[in-house]
Amino acid sequence: MLIPEPVQKLIDGFSRLPGVGPKTASRLTFYLLRGSEDLADDLSEALSSLKENTGFCEQCFNITTADRKLCEICTHPERDQEIICVVEEPLDVIALERTGGFHGLYHVLDGVLSPIEGVSPDDLKIKELIDRIKGSEIKEIILATNPSMEGDATAMFIRPQLESEGVQVTRLARGLPVGGDLEYADQNTLLRALAGRQNMG
Amino acid sequence: MSQRDRSFRVEAIVLKHTEFGEADRILSLYTRERGKLRAMVKGARKVRSRKAGHVEPFTLVTLQLAKGRNWYIVTQAEAKNTHQALREDLESIGYAAYIAELLDKFTYDEGHEHNAIYPLLVKTFDRLNRDIDPQITVRYYEIQMLDLLGFRPELQTCVVSDDEIIAQDQFFSVSLGGVVSPEHGKNLPGTTPISVQALKYLRFFQRSRFQDALIANISPEIHRELEVLMQHYVTYQLERGLNSPAFLRRVRHQKENAKNSPD
Ligand SMILES: [Zn+2]
Repeated sequence: MLIPEPVQKLIDGFSRLPGVGPKTASRLTFYLLRGSEDLADDLSEALSSLKENTGFCEQCFNITTADRKLCEICTHPERDQEIICVVEEPLDVIALERTGGFHGLYHVLDGVLSPIEGVSPDDLKIKELIDRIKGSEIKEIILATNPSMEGDATAMFIRPQLESEGVQVTRLARGLPVGGDLEYADQNTLLRALAGRQNMG
Repeated sequence: MSQRDRSFRVEAIVLKHTEFGEADRILSLYTRERGKLRAMVKGARKVRSRKAGHVEPFTLVTLQLAKGRNWYIVTQAEAKNTHQALREDLESIGYAAYIAELLDKFTYDEGHEHNAIYPLLVKTFDRLNRDIDPQITVRYYEIQMLDLLGFRPELQTCVVSDDEIIAQDQFFSVSLGGVVSPEHGKNLPGTTPISVQALKYLRFFQRSRFQDALIANISPEIHRELEVLMQHYVTYQLERGLNSPAFLRRVRHQKENAKNSPD
């Protein structure tokens, strides 16, 4: 049977998502085809507004709504302006915010160094971080990249550059098991890791 | 399919990992038993995963694998050596990544290469972890690995004329796969000069045991020449670029800067 073009197009679209194979893509597509009008409409609305109405904070590179230069965390009057938590991606910000145990600011690197995949320091927001702390009131930087080979390498790469700017550098990941993702840590584990952060050295 | 094929045990070095699906990882492994193969660790990125810490890149690990529909699935994992020391230095990480990337790109899944590759790989990671002259360790691995996989560069006779190479500065042609004598090389497009010392060390590494290779006292200039030449050679053989050399250059550059700036 020949699949009509609009259906095939959606299957192809789903197939490009991480972790979705051709079978799952077909199943999702046919589910939408048969499912209620609302679901398809809601989804298409959400999708079309996703890129249009979101942007990145110019200071911390977290996701925010498109009309803002700075995100809600960066502009919140009660956040501690002297401490920055450096994370790999926006999902890590969400995980840490959920704990309610961190009241400083963030810096999203937008990835992690990977010598084999060819992700270099220039692909990450490292220079932006150094520029951000120059002449600022920042006193401590928590490096909260994942406790993996790549996350550790990234922390090792950033640390000396921060220290030469005179800030204290701590590492969050020490309390977390090797190989895990911050994104998947439960709140208690993250709170403990935050409280037990250590000076790098 | 027999029971034996459905579930089996391997010893392996984890060459690299990639994220897959919700919280899984795909490992690229080089195994003692079957050469390179890929396997999935389900839930590897979950903090509670009991396997994650055992299957980080560059780890020597014993694995129980089961044949799934699309992938081999890791059902048990126990690290024999995580090579922690090399993980704590960026330059060592760069070298380890180069070792892993070379083998990953030169081999196919279950290609059953020469079975001497695995011991060479394990020994090389151990040497990097113990910080035994990393540059010689890497050059030695490179030349021996190329030999075992059938990409041995010709260093004894001129690849144009077949004349025996004598002890003097020569040319090297990556496309012809070896040394070209001055007479035939100087007007041949695509050749690069190779110094008599660099050539001497390559030949020495090609025929020596590692213990003997270690006594080579190579100047930084010759090391640089060898590195550039060999990376040029492997890139040509692979017909594609490598990612780790750029990383290595970058972390070295930072190290240099740190040394030169007053504290
Ligand atoms: Zn922000």
